[in-house]
Amino acid sequence: MAEKMGTVEYIQHHLTNNTIGEGFWTFNVDTIVVSALLGALIIFVAARLGKQLETGTPGGFQNFVESILDFVATNVRDAFPGHNPLIAPLALTIFIWVWLMNFMDLIPVDLLPLLFQMVTGDSHAYLKVVPTTDLNTTLAMSVTVFALILFYNIKIKGVWGFTKMFLFHPFGKFFIPVNIVMTFIEEISKPLSLALRLFGNMFAGELVFLLIALIGGTLAVGAAALFWAPLQVLLDLGWLIFHLLVITLQAFIFMVLTIVYLGMAHDEGH
Amino acid sequence: MSINATLLIQMIAFVLLIWFVNKVLWAPLSKLMEDRQKKIADGLSAAEKGKHELELAEQKAKEVLKDAKTQAQNVLSQAEKRGSEIVEDAKVKAAEEADRIKASAQAEIEQEVSRAREGLRKEVASIAISGAEEILKKEVDAATHNDMLETLVKSI
Repeated sequence: MAEKMGTVEYIQHHLTNNTIGEGFWTFNVDTIVVSALLGALIIFVAARLGKQLETGTPGGFQNFVESILDFVATNVRDAFPGHNPLIAPLALTIFIWVWLMNFMDLIPVDLLPLLFQMVTGDSHAYLKVVPTTDLNTTLAMSVTVFALILFYNIKIKGVWGFTKMFLFHPFGKFFIPVNIVMTFIEEISKPLSLALRLFGNMFAGELVFLLIALIGGTLAVGAAALFWAPLQVLLDLGWLIFHLLVITLQAFIFMVLTIVYLGMAHDEGH
Repeated sequence: MSINATLLIQMIAFVLLIWFVNKVLWAPLSKLMEDRQKKIADGLSAAEKGKHELELAEQKAKEVLKDAKTQAQNVLSQAEKRGSEIVEDAKVKAAEEADRIKASAQAEIEQEVSRAREGLRKEVASIAISGAEEILKKEVDAATHNDMLETLVKSI
């Protein structure tokens, strides 16, 4: 495929969503379907596990899930003051879902698009398989988290307490206009940094995978393939292993920051 | 690449997924883990309690055993004492009985002796009287000389 189109086209093709609709009312079908399938996978596996839960001697998979749960619960306990039954499931959902969506990045970049093109019969059909390389997904999560942050800010501190936070923080009562701007930036940077960090990391990771894939595609012609193809395999393996860390780290960071932000929203003294 | 309606769909999906994860994964599994933790803690405390109780029981058993031993010792020494008392008693009683029997035998002998003496005396008296009668023949009136005879008999 890369031989038929140029390097730029190849990359652009891979980074374009399969869409339906026009303007704002465009739906990135691939993003929606893949993330929904991964969500369904979580629910399906969890429901199956739920039917054979063992209190006394849990089997291998239950042990694995329990250790994830324990990990999330420990993070919530450490970073979140007080008690809110919503926080832990929220953190768990973020961790698993984001990790699974990130994991799509590790599937060979051309595999799923080629399969899709074969199935649809359209050799130019778009398919972008990593939902977290779509800003819509990461922003959707961070905006939802932000809505929760606002909700709990107002619920815990009251409307006046929340307003006071804007007026007198961080420089005291003599710098109210500055305070408003500062606090506004501080608050709005939370969802933006959450969304952009995850998106940026995954997008860059995907791009590197594409570039590595190009080595074999554009450079390996004739006898040169003997040199370039093994290099591609080596680089791909290296980046894959490194990226396995990155996707876990990014899922973890998203989860921890969500817990911390919501903890700050619950902190009355702030 | 740009923000579009996918955002809304993903938000809805996210919220739904949180709800589902809580329902099918977090709630049942965390409850199970809590239950297990509680069970383990209960088991450990029960074991601790059992150990403590065992220690107490052992101590009690030791005490009971000690008590029983001293009691047995007491009973034994008491029985010994009582036995020797009984023997002592029997000895005294036997001695008394012997004395009594000896005394009564003595008395009987004395009685028998005095009775025999009395009989002899009477027989001698009657022999004397009959002798005197034979000697004096009608001169001596039994009735008249009865008093004199009586004193005579007594003086024998």
